[in-house]
Amino acid sequence: MRRRRFFTWLRQPGVLSAMPATLFLTVGFIGPLVMVFAYSFMPPRTFSLAQAPTLDNYFAVIHESYYISFLWSVWLASLTVALLLLICYPIAYGMAKLFGKWANLVTILVAVPLLISENIRLFGWVLFLLKKGILDGTMQAFFGIEMPSLLYGVPVIVLGLVYVYLPFMLFPLVIGISMVSDTLKEAASDLGASRWQIFREVELPLAMPGVLIGAMLTFILALGSLAEAKILGGQAVIMLADDIESAFTFAQNWPRGSVLSVLMIVFSGGLIFFLFRRIDLDRLLGGR
Amino acid sequence: MKGEGETPFLQIRDLVKTFGDFTAVDGISLDITESEFFTIVGPSGSGKTTMIRMLVGMDSPDSGDIMLKGRRLNDVPANRRPTCMVFQSLALFPHKTVGENIEFPMKIAKVAPAERRRRADLLLEQLRLPLSYYDKGVNQCSGGERQRVALARALAYDPEILFFDEPLASLDFRLRKTLEKELKDVHRETGKTFVYITHSLEEAMVMSDRIGIMRDGHMVQVGTPAEIYNRPVNKFVAQFMGEVNTIEVTRAGDNTVKSLSGDMVYTVAGDSFDRFEKGFLVIRPEVMKIGPAAEALPNRLAGTLFNDYALGSRIQYQVRGADDSTWLVEKLQDNPFDGTLGDSVTIGWQPKDSILVMD
Repeated sequence: MRRRRFFTWLRQPGVLSAMPATLFLTVGFIGPLVMVFAYSFMPPRTFSLAQAPTLDNYFAVIHESYYISFLWSVWLASLTVALLLLICYPIAYGMAKLFGKWANLVTILVAVPLLISENIRLFGWVLFLLKKGILDGTMQAFFGIEMPSLLYGVPVIVLGLVYVYLPFMLFPLVIGISMVSDTLKEAASDLGASRWQIFREVELPLAMPGVLIGAMLTFILALGSLAEAKILGGQAVIMLADDIESAFTFAQNWPRGSVLSVLMIVFSGGLIFFLFRRIDLDRLLGGR
Repeated sequence: MKGEGETPFLQIRDLVKTFGDFTAVDGISLDITESEFFTIVGPSGSGKTTMIRMLVGMDSPDSGDIMLKGRRLNDVPANRRPTCMVFQSLALFPHKTVGENIEFPMKIAKVAPAERRRRADLLLEQLRLPLSYYDKGVNQCSGGERQRVALARALAYDPEILFFDEPLASLDFRLRKTLEKELKDVHRETGKTFVYITHSLEEAMVMSDRIGIMRDGHMVQVGTPAEIYNRPVNKFVAQFMGEVNTIEVTRAGDNTVKSLSGDMVYTVAGDSFDRFEKGFLVIRPEVMKIGPAAEALPNRLAGTLFNDYALGSRIQYQVRGADDSTWLVEKLQDNPFDGTLGDSVTIGWQPKDSILVMD
């Protein structure tokens, strides 16, 4: 009887058409997450899930110096988000309100590099900034100026992060800003508000959904990044994602890598949860 | 209220605004007195919105002057002008509550929170909104309530002149009628100068002390509602009020005109006839008589009844004259005339009830 009901449920068109996506997400997304979560409770340096669960890995991770790479990741991700907000807001404002048909050209210019692998683009930056590379060579040939080494430091990592994640901040901001009606800004001005007051009282609050989504996307992406630190930073800074990779590959310690991954997921998940609890998107959009 | 010889409160001189090849406002001069309810009426594209946008400072004129109490406002930006506008869309801030919306101009002016709250409550009371609405989201308010919030917010700015850009246009008929009267009350209570724009002359008549009719960037006629109604300067103004009979005529003799289409001769009242050569004879449907009542009138013609419309308090007939002209005639419900379609009827009017206009 119950079995029959299950099959009737399964044969509904909605359930049937949701099935491929559901299966794919279960196998490709939820499956690995469950595996990672399970491995974090296995004894160190083991490769099987069929063992007695233990919290050893968690204690080990807390006692070791992983907090340094964790703090670097959080700091660099925060810095990246802050810089991206400053850089992208004016561009997004232009694209949403001023550029007219040229906004499409800017969109293409920003989006096209996404078609090329991130690593290849970062190696491009290496060639450009390298000692005796394109920038240094050009400066020497034309101006006789010898550039100091630009690679392998924190600033160049930040440059890489800002460069790579720019579209993920820019496009949500464009959508956010274009949702702000010009009439509302005119009304605010008519009621005595200065440009700055209009920005603070009307434009920014109404564009906030775009700002939040852009900030969240880029923060999570930058937090989990490692290519910028490895390729441009030359291991000057170890990011948490780098530690996770090493644990899984070089150290062959899956449970440890899993613990670090779980901690990172909990941290970013908690942050998003906290932000959405504090900030009511409906209220921001005037839908309450 | 409108004393002669007084220094004008708001003086507009030769105001011009062009957009590319299009001249939206073409040299308008206008004086508006203090505490007046002045309405600018015009069809869409007549330049009335451009006009008001220049007056509040959202557009700058190509040439001409805007003077408030003798001070030139042209180069004063919108946020520094002592004027304020209620937008067609109302432009309420969707992320703020009713109270925050009303307090906005006071917050900008750095009024202390307690004083802001006190004045917001007063405004809510004045506009007959419950005090509990202070914490309500603006999107939870009904159309009429939103109108009142927008008006309260504009009044909170304490402007010298309040401008209105057709704020009632999107409301249903009954609510619009209520709010027109409320607005007139608010005008009387506050004693502020109101400048209102609308495409409905009927709406303007209800509320205004004076009306300015705009067409193609020009001010065609300025006058009290009675002047506009009784002495329109041209066919455009006469037709703007609603359906009227207009007949193209030329001067025929003393106190008579001849229709161009059918060589009918009509008598007109003498006072409007001095310099008249050719133009239009305008007769409103409600002054036309039909049936026995028309038989003894100096101006009358025979025709066929071919349509009737119930307008509620009145019935409107369409009559086709012998010369194939079409006439609108209205009678009150209690008028005993009772015609059926196809009937031959006589229609007519008193000479004093017609209006002669040049173009």
